[in-house]
Amino acid sequence: MTDTLAQFAVEIASGAIRVVDLTHTLDPDFPVIILPPEFGQCARFRMEEISAYDHRGPGWKWHNIHLSEHTGTHFDAPSHWISGREVPNGDVDEISVENFVGPVVVIDCSAGAAKDDDFELTPEIILAWEGQHGRVPTDAWVLMRTDWSKRSGAEYLNMQSDGPHSPGPTPEAIRLLVEDRDIRGFGTETVGTDAGQGAHHTPPYPAHYILHGAGKFGLQCLSGLDQLPPTGAVLIATPLKIKGGTGSPLRVLALVPGGET
Amino acid sequence: MTTPLTPPPRKDPLKRTVSPTQPPVIRSRAALGLTAMAAEGRFALQTCAECGAVQYPPRDACSACLSTDLPWWDIAPTGQLLAETTVQTSVKQYFRERTPWRVGSVQLDAGPVVICHLHGDVAANARVRLRLLLDRAGQGVILALPQERTDHMADDPELRLMSSDPHLRRVLITDARHPFAPDLAAALQTAGATLIFAGEPENWLPNPNRSALEAAGAEILPLDVTDTKSVERMAGEIGGKTDILINTARFMRPGGVLARGGTGFARDEMEVNYLGLMRLAQAFGPAMCGRTADGVNSAVAWVNILSVHARTNTPGFGCFNASQAAAFSLSQSLRAEFRGAGLRVMNVFTGPLEEDWYQPLPPPKVTGPALARSVVSGLRDGLEDVWCGDVAKDFEERFCKNPKVLEIELGQEMGE
Repeated sequence: MTDTLAQFAVEIASGAIRVVDLTHTLDPDFPVIILPPEFGQCARFRMEEISAYDHRGPGWKWHNIHLSEHTGTHFDAPSHWISGREVPNGDVDEISVENFVGPVVVIDCSAGAAKDDDFELTPEIILAWEGQHGRVPTDAWVLMRTDWSKRSGAEYLNMQSDGPHSPGPTPEAIRLLVEDRDIRGFGTETVGTDAGQGAHHTPPYPAHYILHGAGKFGLQCLSGLDQLPPTGAVLIATPLKIKGGTGSPLRVLALVPGGET
Repeated sequence: MTTPLTPPPRKDPLKRTVSPTQPPVIRSRAALGLTAMAAEGRFALQTCAECGAVQYPPRDACSACLSTDLPWWDIAPTGQLLAETTVQTSVKQYFRERTPWRVGSVQLDAGPVVICHLHGDVAANARVRLRLLLDRAGQGVILALPQERTDHMADDPELRLMSSDPHLRRVLITDARHPFAPDLAAALQTAGATLIFAGEPENWLPNPNRSALEAAGAEILPLDVTDTKSVERMAGEIGGKTDILINTARFMRPGGVLARGGTGFARDEMEVNYLGLMRLAQAFGPAMCGRTADGVNSAVAWVNILSVHARTNTPGFGCFNASQAAAFSLSQSLRAEFRGAGLRVMNVFTGPLEEDWYQPLPPPKVTGPALARSVVSGLRDGLEDVWCGDVAKDFEERFCKNPKVLEIELGQEMGE
């Protein structure tokens, strides 16, 4: 085992294993999910100087930051959704840490999402993907690549008078992944694990409802999924240890075999 | 006829910006009453409650009967010019820089003779109309104007110094998403503002005001008052050419303390309504204060749009009103801090607005054009406090009569 870790360190140093950042920069201008205005809202990322080598603190610079558990690239714990409220160890501080490092597969929906803002991941797409790459492994992260992270500004939320339009999974697709494949969690490049119009599915927001009800995790606002292979990478996603937290901003990294892009 | 102002040439970058100086500041406590009346645009003088004699200058005891009961009453703003002179030089630096300066004495129809500043279009021995205005030190002074309107009369140099006229000035509307931002921009354009900037937070969301603002000639720029860096960035870009700042940034949700459950919305209200004002003032204030003597398009006024319930709360919007009270209190500090530079803080108090968040409330409500008219006329008159709409005016009257009674009444209204 000692040899395995030593070999691992050598391969990271040599580039045989690449470390890929899947995280957006925490930026005040990065969009957050928008709910009807009478509901509580997700805090935007904000940063205030405490001092900057000045009369407020001559030798040092530091900031206070203010944000939501669900601001920027972030992790959703089971307790985030009403369906997961009774899940044991459903808060971020209770989740066993083995869950934060594990295998990841990527289903490329970028061609479809380029043509259709409301593109949906269906069981058929998953089965076709499995035909090429093999069955989705048990306890793996499944990421839906849409290249949505390359959008910015108004294009990202894509808010219209009938709500946001962005790709996501159908209830059947999520059921297949959760109930038949028993995945660890599901991640997207959009602002939520659900499609922009996900409120109109049954159940509403099926990814949130089904994933968290089954004790699975979510990752959203990921970027750079085009740098991952369909299979064979390892995801490192460690939320902050927030007491009673329903989610957390985090740095998401992937370990990718060198030579593959 | 007044010589009309012309658009000033672009600033010569080799010339030092003229530092603001002030007309004499010191007044007796009694004379501060003049300032208080001028702040609201009233023409009022002390009038003896015992014998009815109108007093001038303000004093502690009646000049006719020595009674000390001298309430401020609105009186007829008319009179007869008795004598005039034009000052060619002065030991006061402020006037020295602005001579020739016309002054005169006027016999008020209400009785006393007053010493006043004299508009250039007032003819010798003419009947005059009087206004109580704030000078650049923020003190109440009397200006005599011709009885009838004259061409370009607002461009008179003495009047211009006592007003905050948007004509030929550059204005920043801090939140382009305020439902009335387009009406404000349109009114400012009509009033002759040369540039209108509108700050837009969160350009990743649609802004239904965009086309109307652009139609009113506004330039939309990114500005989010909850983000210190954003405010600093915009002050860096346009802080040196912002002559009038109108703070329309506002976050509001209905509900008192118990209706809310939690402090989330209250925090947003304080972030936008209170801390947002502070961020704007810290970023834009110093540059504006440095440019209050910068010629035709000098920095002149800072405008806050506040709920009248900043003064006395109602539980229907109890938490929002608390943030308005914080902003109002901060505006008083700002007014004092800006006064030395001659930058005027004008608070426009409104009742409910004709927009979504006040939708369940019955009329009367303030419309966009009505708010815009109040802002523009308040600037032209150089006011500090403006009561916009029937609800606000009624509130002010009741507040002056008895603030405690008003508090009880407002609490009962919303409790029903």
